[in-house]
Amino acid sequence: MTATTTSAGSGLSEVARSEATLRTFLHGLPGVDQIGAEQRAAMLGTRSIKTSAKAWAIDLAIRMVDLTTLEGADTPGKVRALCAKARRPDPADPGCPTVAAVCVYPSMVPTAAAALAGSGIHLASVATAFPSGQAPLEVKLADTAAAVAAGADEIDMVINRGMFLAGRYSEVYDEIVAVKQACGNAHLKVILETGELVTYDNVRRASWLAMIAGADFIKTSTGKVPIAATLPVTLIMLEAVRDFRAATGRQIGVKPAGGIRNTKDAIKFLVTVNETAGEDWLHPDWFRFGASTLLNDLLMQRTKLTTGVYSGPDYFTVD
Amino acid sequence: MSERVAVRKTYKLFIGGKFPRSESGRSYPVQNSNVALASRKDLRDAVVAARAAVKAWSGTTAYNRGQVLYRVAEMLEGRREQFVALGEPADEVDAAIDRWVWYAGWSDKLPQVYGGANPVAGPYFNLSAPEPTGVVGIVAPAQPSLLGLVSVVAPAIVTGNTAVVLASEERPLAPVTLAEVLATSDLPGGVVNLLTGRIAETAPHLAAHMDVNALDLTGVADGELARTLEEAAAANLKRVLRPSSPDWTADPGTRRMTAFLETKTVWHPKGV
Repeated sequence: MTATTTSAGSGLSEVARSEATLRTFLHGLPGVDQIGAEQRAAMLGTRSIKTSAKAWAIDLAIRMVDLTTLEGADTPGKVRALCAKARRPDPADPGCPTVAAVCVYPSMVPTAAAALAGSGIHLASVATAFPSGQAPLEVKLADTAAAVAAGADEIDMVINRGMFLAGRYSEVYDEIVAVKQACGNAHLKVILETGELVTYDNVRRASWLAMIAGADFIKTSTGKVPIAATLPVTLIMLEAVRDFRAATGRQIGVKPAGGIRNTKDAIKFLVTVNETAGEDWLHPDWFRFGASTLLNDLLMQRTKLTTGVYSGPDYFTVD
Repeated sequence: MSERVAVRKTYKLFIGGKFPRSESGRSYPVQNSNVALASRKDLRDAVVAARAAVKAWSGTTAYNRGQVLYRVAEMLEGRREQFVALGEPADEVDAAIDRWVWYAGWSDKLPQVYGGANPVAGPYFNLSAPEPTGVVGIVAPAQPSLLGLVSVVAPAIVTGNTAVVLASEERPLAPVTLAEVLATSDLPGGVVNLLTGRIAETAPHLAAHMDVNALDLTGVADGELARTLEEAAAANLKRVLRPSSPDWTADPGTRRMTAFLETKTVWHPKGV
């Protein structure tokens, strides 16, 4: 990834100068046609991807998975097991690609870093008082710095939805900028928690806000609220990164997370990526799936394609 | 006044407690009706539904399972005339209902007959208990379509297994009507899944499916097909019940229930 951290680009550098300019810009973004977005997403979801294209899509999807465990009950043993699975998703097939990253809580980063050493798999950590984001800024920065120091090279931060919904955009902006600084060389994924943003217009505004503030990735959800990554929301975010690159030349990644459980859904997302942002985004550096159960279904479908018979959950690890 | 136009019925599949059309959109004319023609993917969906139902159904107490199955018999009784109208001989419908009740009664008795304490040469308490095998794939006999179907489905599910049933190709109306009975009983969705269509098309995928634990080939008439199915079933060591055409009106015994059971044996030091 080559994203720069400094200016957001020629036309947008002035946008964040004050609360008023930021508000003017974000509210000046074109409104989202809700019905149109949902219809477009539903239409893209009907594409039929078969045989060799399907095999390609499954392998790509596996390479895009951020294998995630974010439970209160996470133990070092569970995290090590997850890292082993990230290195060799299908022990029966050495040809199976590795996943993109493992995503854990900050306290589990040292364990995961040791388990992933030398594998080339990225290590992501959630930070900034995940999942609510309701903590003082100093705490969030300390949380981030600790995760980076422990070995995380990707940070998944949550925005403060309360502040965003209250219209205090510059505070949200400043927070992202500060966290980006605390990240150092680590990549920053900004979780918008679209399930709590209520409208598609807000999703578009939050996407632009995060990108202007220096996000390397924009991510839909924490996976902790009932409405997580939906296809229309991802479509809107993909439009945002496409338009942002057109305006500034800087490419931002997108990560839908939560609720994507089977291969069919994953392929719908890949179709949407290709048709909305374009082929440049069909790479693990620019598109990720935040998931845990998805990987097993991808592996089962992969096995079906290679062996010709339907596989079952008995033949893959429970994670 | 114009004459009333009768509502014609399309006989559909039964998967996960719902009645979907075939995902392929196909149907075939049989017994003067249109019946869904199941595809490989319908079979896949049925196995997923059956697998999802295993945990809750096998975890239900044997007593409760018996009650649920008895409720099915009650519903069958209420539809007796409908089955007769579909061409099932009345005495066979009665026999099917009685058979269902008979199997329902076995739910909490089978563990007593086939499990128990084993005498061992040591200070251990040694206990064996029969447990369900899991997902059972069943090719139902073509004749008699209701009594034969009941005689293969009831023994598979009474012990806590779930079933994917390939119904008779030539006589699917009674099987689909039985599915409607199951749907209106207290049987949880997914415990029985019923597909209509070509046995030769769907059965190979059922036999090869790695998430199916056992196979009942009773209704496979073609000896060559039965052989290939049994070979495919060997890939994950499915329990297989070979094709047969017994006298369906005779006392079936417990064989069809015990065919799809695993025996769990526990050793426990006595301590005292």
